[in-house]
Amino acid sequence: MTAISAAERRRLEGKFPEVFRKSFLQRYGLPVGIVLTLAYLVFCWFFFGVGPALQNGKWDRASIYIQDWYSWRAQPRLRFEDGAVVPQWSSRGQYPQDAVIDWLTPHANGSMTVTFGSDADRLEITPQVVTVYLAGEPHLVMIGEDAATAPENAPAAIVQDRQKVIVDFGFEGQAEIRDNQVAVQRRFLGWANFLYDPRSPLWGHDLFSTVGLVFSGERVDPTRSNAQLVLNEWLGNRAWQHGDILAKLMQTLVMAFVGTLLATLVAFPLAFIAARNITLNRPANWLMKRFFDFIRSVDMLIWALFFTRGFGPGPIPGIAAIFFTDTGALGKVYAEALENIDDKQRDGMRSVGASPAAVNRYGVVPQVLPVFVSQSLYFWESNTRSATVIGAVGAGGIGLKLLEAMGTNSDWDKVAYMVVLILIVVFLFDNLSTGIRMRLIGRQTH
Amino acid sequence: MADVAQHQPLSPAGETILRHYRSQVLTRRIYTVIAVVGVLVALGAAMSYANAANSGKFFERLPFMFDFLKNFVPRDPFEIFRAMFDLESPYFDGSAKYNYTSARIYLTDTFYIPYFIYQLIVTVNIAIVSTIIGGALAFCLCFFAATNLVGAGAVRWFARRTMEVLRAFPEIVIAGLLTAVLSIGPIAAIAAVSLHTIGALGKLFFEVVENADMKPDEGLRSVGATWLERVRFAIVPQVMPNFVSYSLLRLEINVRASTIIGAVGGGGIGEVFRLSIGRDYAAQTYAIIILLLVTIIAIDQFSGWLRRRLVGSQGFELGRAAA
Repeated sequence: MTAISAAERRRLEGKFPEVFRKSFLQRYGLPVGIVLTLAYLVFCWFFFGVGPALQNGKWDRASIYIQDWYSWRAQPRLRFEDGAVVPQWSSRGQYPQDAVIDWLTPHANGSMTVTFGSDADRLEITPQVVTVYLAGEPHLVMIGEDAATAPENAPAAIVQDRQKVIVDFGFEGQAEIRDNQVAVQRRFLGWANFLYDPRSPLWGHDLFSTVGLVFSGERVDPTRSNAQLVLNEWLGNRAWQHGDILAKLMQTLVMAFVGTLLATLVAFPLAFIAARNITLNRPANWLMKRFFDFIRSVDMLIWALFFTRGFGPGPIPGIAAIFFTDTGALGKVYAEALENIDDKQRDGMRSVGASPAAVNRYGVVPQVLPVFVSQSLYFWESNTRSATVIGAVGAGGIGLKLLEAMGTNSDWDKVAYMVVLILIVVFLFDNLSTGIRMRLIGRQTH
Repeated sequence: MADVAQHQPLSPAGETILRHYRSQVLTRRIYTVIAVVGVLVALGAAMSYANAANSGKFFERLPFMFDFLKNFVPRDPFEIFRAMFDLESPYFDGSAKYNYTSARIYLTDTFYIPYFIYQLIVTVNIAIVSTIIGGALAFCLCFFAATNLVGAGAVRWFARRTMEVLRAFPEIVIAGLLTAVLSIGPIAAIAAVSLHTIGALGKLFFEVVENADMKPDEGLRSVGATWLERVRFAIVPQVMPNFVSYSLLRLEINVRASTIIGAVGGGGIGEVFRLSIGRDYAAQTYAIIILLLVTIIAIDQFSGWLRRRLVGSQGFELGRAAA
């Protein structure tokens, strides 16, 4: 950099005063704005009580919930009964009654071995003593009359918690040793029994063997073909409820489709009344536009809850909510598109003595139809997303199913499954509608 | 269409053109009819499916709907305003239905904020905070998704897919997960709406960046500016008005979104509304509807006015079409 002379400097300052003498707002506007925003955020931190809420959060549970998205837990209770160890499964058991489980081996003398990933990490359970092998090292947990006691100098993975001993095997699972039982949690990657539930005759088949079964192989059920049986068993899976979930997803899609289409059909004629250049009647224009504003501004939530009260849960209140909100929104957009049309085509139609209907049909509609269709497609696409939330407040569909699954706090794998389904559907519709819109009105203005 | 050929004979070339024109019009009409019939059939099928899947059929439930509307009226019109401003009701009989005064939020001994207005403030604040957080993160992310700034590499791909997933991810799942961890409260709603805002605004932002004039960027590049300096001094000043305009537009949408999320566990006016309509409190329900309507219209008008000032009328229309 070379220094410039005083005269040169004065000349530059005189020539470009707006660069050198900026107003206060131009100079300090950005920092002041940022400081104000930060101050507001700090205020909201206290207003919403974020600090205490984060402190009181159940963060240990959060990690379990997140892990449940992509893995599953088998949770047998190994009870001590008459000198033997007997597994007891909850109603959500992931194994059939008499399945041979490779990580849970009963022995002839009534004891039981539970392996966690490898033979180096395992539990040897007898009603008197539980031997915990951690990385090959044995540690003895004694079972007393009313308590289990961890050995002295136990590693950090073995924790005495009052009368019980908790052994942590990391991701592979954990065990809670008590005086009368060992509660085992064994975690595996993936979704358990995604294809068939344990009560199904097809349990144990994976995807490849299923395909093999469909195309060749003996009939499992002599009355039905294998393909039919596979479909039936998969849709009727009691743990995953594929049939129900897919039906609910369909309901959500129907809500968005019917709601948007009906709104389009109703908004189309009404927009002609609202457009100032088409209907030359100011009070009618004004009334129509205020009507659009009104039904658009009443929240979708309000419409949804109102109609849920009237029609009961299901797709109809969802359709009605989307229909009312979007009639307003589409009507407004349509009316604006109509007010921006080129008048030459209408003049041409009028000059040959066409009727008003023909003027609108050939002078107006061809100009605005691509815009109308494109806007409706865009609304359809975004309604596919919002129909999920509308469903959750009571209108039914996949949203309500999601809310139910989350309410139990133990079905996070099912939540993940539904999220994946929703993501796929939304991407599909996104690309479909973007594709059609681009073909209709070109890349620039979509 | 009027028949042109009757008035004067056309040349052979003209005849051919007319024939081709007619055959094209015919094809087009056939396609239109097929498309319209297809859409109508789909509509009919979807409607009958919806009717069958609903817990009550449409025409069976229609009288219930009217009965509900007929019976769902406050004892007198002023009840609505008493409920809105937490004034004592003459019908108070000890039941919660007419007990408006106990929920007042006292700031000082005598000055209080009516409960519904307080919840409305909570909801609007959720929307503002989410827009700020989501907008700030979208601002940081959008430059990595623009072809003219990072080329077409893995970074751009990753940034765009992140935005897409955030946009499509169902909000209630984020809200539900956080509600399970943090218990019911506004944080779940803020997180859910913010994450969605990142995706939605990020997409609009990077499209603005891609349409920016690259001449200032070239100028800075020629004097050896780094990538960060180029973005700061060449791109940001150009795109800032549009960014602010889109953020304001998003704020309007977020007010609605935070109301809905509130109803499924985020707190705020949405939850209060769900409870009051569920318990058949007509006066409270109408009070909340009026409050929400006024707020939403006010915010729409205010943000519309601000956007018009920021980006001018033309950009205003453009922004609305894209959002």
